[in-house]
Amino acid sequence: MGLLSDPNRRRALINLLTRLNAPICVVCYMAGVAWFMGLAFEPFTLRTYMSENAMGSTMVEERFPAGERALATGREFSAHKKKTGGMPVDWLVKTMQSRGLEVFTQRFSRRLPFPDEDKERYMVKGTNVYGILRAPRASRTEALVLSAPCTPGDNNNQAVGLLLGLAQYFRNQVYWAKDIIFLVNEHDLIGMQAWLEGYHHTNTTGMDWSPLQGRGGSIQAALSLELSSDVVTSLDLVLEGLNGQLPNLDLANLFYAFCQKIGVLCTTQGKLQRNDWDSVSGYSHAVQTMMLMVMKQASGRSWGDHGLFLRYHIEAATIKGINSFRQYKTDATTTGRLLEGMYRKLNNLLERLHQSYFFYLMPSLSHFVSIGYYMPAFGLLAVILLLRALDLWVQIATPPPRTEDGVADAEQISSPGVLSVLTPLVISHLTGVALYTLPIHFQEVAVEHFPVSETEAVVLTAIAVYTAGLALPHNTHRLLTGRGTEQGWKVLKLVAVLYLAVLLGCTALINFSLGFILALTLVPVAAFITPHVPKALSAFILVILSPACTLLFSVFLFQDLQEMPVSFLDGWMLYLSVISQGILDHALYGSLVYPLVSLLVYPCWLLFWNILFWK
Amino acid sequence: MAAHRCSHSALLLILCSSWVFSVAGSQETTPTGDHHAYVVDNPQTVTETAEQTAEQPAVVEEERRWEATEVEEATPDEVATDKQDTSAPDTVVHSSVPPPKDDFQEELVIRPLHSGDIYASFQFRTLWETDFLRGNKVSHYRLFPKSLGQVISKFSVRELHISFTQGYWRTMQWGQPFLPSPPGAELWVWFQDSVTDVDGTWKELTNVLSGIFCASLNFIDSTNTVQPSASFKPLGVGNETDHRFLRYATLPREIVCTENLTPWKKLLPCGSKAGLAVLLKSEKLFHSSFHSQAVHIRPVCKDWQCTTTSWELRQTLNVVFDLHTPGQGKREWSLFKMFSRTLTEACPLASSSKIYIDITDDPQGEQFEVSPATHLLSQAMVLGDRRTFSVYDLTQQITFGTVRSLNLLIRWKSSEGDMLRPLLHAERYVAGYGLQTGEIHTLMYNNHPYRSFPVLLLESVPWYLRLYIHTLTVTSKGKDNKPSYIHYEPSKDRLRPHLLEMLVQLPPNSVTEVTVQFERALLKWTEYTPDPNHGFYVGSSVISSLVPSIVAMNTNSTREQPLFSSFFPCKEESSYFMRVYTEPLLVNLPTPDFSMPYNVICLTCTVVAVGYGSLYNLLTRSFQIEEPSPGLAKRIANIIRKMRGVPPL
Repeated sequence: MGLLSDPNRRRALINLLTRLNAPICVVCYMAGVAWFMGLAFEPFTLRTYMSENAMGSTMVEERFPAGERALATGREFSAHKKKTGGMPVDWLVKTMQSRGLEVFTQRFSRRLPFPDEDKERYMVKGTNVYGILRAPRASRTEALVLSAPCTPGDNNNQAVGLLLGLAQYFRNQVYWAKDIIFLVNEHDLIGMQAWLEGYHHTNTTGMDWSPLQGRGGSIQAALSLELSSDVVTSLDLVLEGLNGQLPNLDLANLFYAFCQKIGVLCTTQGKLQRNDWDSVSGYSHAVQTMMLMVMKQASGRSWGDHGLFLRYHIEAATIKGINSFRQYKTDATTTGRLLEGMYRKLNNLLERLHQSYFFYLMPSLSHFVSIGYYMPAFGLLAVILLLRALDLWVQIATPPPRTEDGVADAEQISSPGVLSVLTPLVISHLTGVALYTLPIHFQEVAVEHFPVSETEAVVLTAIAVYTAGLALPHNTHRLLTGRGTEQGWKVLKLVAVLYLAVLLGCTALINFSLGFILALTLVPVAAFITPHVPKALSAFILVILSPACTLLFSVFLFQDLQEMPVSFLDGWMLYLSVISQGILDHALYGSLVYPLVSLLVYPCWLLFWNILFWK
Repeated sequence: MAAHRCSHSALLLILCSSWVFSVAGSQETTPTGDHHAYVVDNPQTVTETAEQTAEQPAVVEEERRWEATEVEEATPDEVATDKQDTSAPDTVVHSSVPPPKDDFQEELVIRPLHSGDIYASFQFRTLWETDFLRGNKVSHYRLFPKSLGQVISKFSVRELHISFTQGYWRTMQWGQPFLPSPPGAELWVWFQDSVTDVDGTWKELTNVLSGIFCASLNFIDSTNTVQPSASFKPLGVGNETDHRFLRYATLPREIVCTENLTPWKKLLPCGSKAGLAVLLKSEKLFHSSFHSQAVHIRPVCKDWQCTTTSWELRQTLNVVFDLHTPGQGKREWSLFKMFSRTLTEACPLASSSKIYIDITDDPQGEQFEVSPATHLLSQAMVLGDRRTFSVYDLTQQITFGTVRSLNLLIRWKSSEGDMLRPLLHAERYVAGYGLQTGEIHTLMYNNHPYRSFPVLLLESVPWYLRLYIHTLTVTSKGKDNKPSYIHYEPSKDRLRPHLLEMLVQLPPNSVTEVTVQFERALLKWTEYTPDPNHGFYVGSSVISSLVPSIVAMNTNSTREQPLFSSFFPCKEESSYFMRVYTEPLLVNLPTPDFSMPYNVICLTCTVVAVGYGSLYNLLTRSFQIEEPSPGLAKRIANIIRKMRGVPPL
């Protein structure tokens, strides 16, 4: 700090920073991207290890024998499901009761803001059935949850069968210290949301549900099960929850440990882990796995029924059975034993899972990157914004050396006017508010006047508002102040750059992936944009790097990473449905990505657009 | 002479029934077809049932006799002669000496529960006609445990109730317990009004009890002790209801195990050597769904006029066995299966020793079958319900039959039923998410079809949940329900808990919801428990009520009633007292990361010292380039110029 208190040295340092600003920024950007790519390289990552003592040192022996019977129950469930044409509530209640559980049901209904075309639902009415296995000599203070969604069609019957089989087996065991809740939820996430809101008696999204009759105290951990075939080749662990929240890493460690012990193939992001980390293909495999996790986390949506638990500080994950053409098969008994082992270890927990990491990325199931390792990648990108801000600050503070007109010019420079900065800020934020509110409110109007469905109306309105926003703000500020000054855009850009830095910094702390992806595209824009660069080319680059186009590229990249590349037209359709899903996620479960982008990120980007067209 | 004949007939009856028992005992292994033979051979019933089809249930019905009628038949001195005739040496000693001033009774009630589980409730009662509180010290103890007697006299205790419970009573499946208790430990004590420093005495008492029962009762301090104004009234004689002399505390975290059972058993006159207490083997008792043991001390009336009082010590142990557990896979239950023991004798010191089996739900023997069968029946009003019991008197040698051991056996015939709708039950939970605020919801269900009744709700919440009492709402059937009485004592941080007592009227067939919001306090770092992420417990709330009875009250008060039916005083004939405990709550408080305090402290100090200090310096100071100091001549010239009022050089 002595460096800064000495005016001479301070000046020297500032000169250095302003003179070398552009090269430093470029180096930082490169370093940030390189750091991020390096995270997937195995020698740079840590092996996962069990931090929780209560789960690590205790041995459990898995004895679940009744996989075949569980599958038979699943078939019976499927038959009843077909017969009732939905959730066979009575049958489930009876079956759970006969297994010695305390059974309760919860009815819920929800009208979506607009029809969900992916899942073909609008007015949703359903019933959740759950049975509580009361632990002997426990005082109803702690519980674990095992859930399986009841999906329409032929999916997931095996999961319900296995759930009921496990319930029957668990009921005869004496070692339970926590109540275990077996939940079959209808309409996947909506049912889960209703159940969780009912359990915690909150109402964040305006859903109608009937109050729950039975509870088991504070839920310590939850697993959601998805199985659609009698045998599976591998089990996939899904961790990404609502708003990019992740469960404690120990839950993933637990799953991995039991897969190793029982000998089940386990994957994350559907990618098997490879041992050849030193080869190019091995490295690219790890990068793909990590990128998939980053994209899923950045989307802010819940990638399984577990995702909604995380809001309530309940560690949860989804286990998906995958049946591919591989030779090696795992039967339901083995899957049951795996779950039994996991529940027995969770049952041993003395405290909530808290020992391990909550912020991490996984290039494979056995390796992880902790927050301390990945944050520098973001930091290197964010420091560019600060450097640019410093540069601008210095430029504004020191009057330009070539003053020919003298006094009059200097006076104008010293007061760029609050309005010239405030006006674009306010207008771009109003555009953001329009983008946030108009699509849902104007769907009826749009449907009346155009030959589109409600969903299309919402998505197309959103795109229309977004595009209209490009035309609005860069003209309006002139209405108030007349000609924009040189000093004016600098102040505006200073504000915009600092605004973006704070915005991205906060986002990255909560959801690193979203913050990083946004930084990757928005930071170059923020760094190079001035009114003096070539207009057409810059405008093109600016549009390409705008949040909407980022989303479009992400869709294609995501499909590519999943080894399901799509044509441009399909990709476009997918893009539209992703937008509608994002809006629905916000309305149904309270996902924050849509409001974040429309209310903050998009207006911020508009400010840069505004600077480009400054006159 | 008439009395003599009467005693003869009684003797004959006992002989006959003993013969029946022995046959029934041997029947256990023989096929049921042989039943007819012995029924026909029975000399008493052969004349009456000759024309009957000799069906087994009908005959059993005939043979069943009410316990009370037998008591009427045989007057006490006749029983004494009877016993002399049958040469029972233990009881002879008792009856020949003048009536002792102390008395011990033991009993076991077994109730097959609605859910298919088995509920066993032991009660041991010691009565002693003495005065601990008079000046002269009581030094000679016979049946009453000395350790407790000394506690009573030293701390001037008027009433003491202590319970240790592991598990939560499932009202929806099991109905009402004979003696309710909350999970963990509960202690409430009424002191004599002669005690001046109640808090100090309470503190000492809890520490002493902690030693007697090997429990962590010493953790009871001012932060979890309350003085309920209405919920806990004295259960013994006495008119004192000034709640200054009452202390109530719960420890919901207390875990009950063998080390608490052993000292509890040592308080019994026979220990676990004889009588019903031989069944109390800890490896079986703690292999159950619910376990609760309690000690109640209170003064009771000695006689009808209540001129003198005597001390009553009641030790109770309630346990529920789960029939689903693998060792008991078949739906069949016996004393041996449950306790891994059978009974061979009563406690020799006991004046009465009985086993009751609740057969109310099963008058026709459809649900389950009890063997060996008994002909003694008893009826009692238990919690507003008339119950019928089969009685096995252990003081009678006949009960044990020829094998000289009693192993009761129950076989279920039907499957388990649905959930019950108890008249009054309650549940409680924490609503909301996040670590800042929350809401406690208490739901009270009144399932009575047409009667509304008032309940007293007692909530004692630790100080670290800061209740916002202005957010208190009481709603039933969607409407605001104004409590007619509210007693609220706010908490003081680190000193005392919140106490909230309310008298709420529950409308018929309704759910009443009491909600109150709270804020979670941030504790000092030394105040966290070693496992802070487990959460912090909030004790059960207590709901006390006079619940209107569905069945008309039994008015025949002359009949002797079993112990468990007469614990709570029944004031009104059409209603009965009931106490319901909700589940305790586990609440997470904002918890710092304790795994790296050193790192955190270092980092914070560095940031504060280096970062903040110099940044503050930079921001607040103005920097100027210092002029080189002028020479001496110039300074002198300036001073002169200043004096002249001319600007300096």
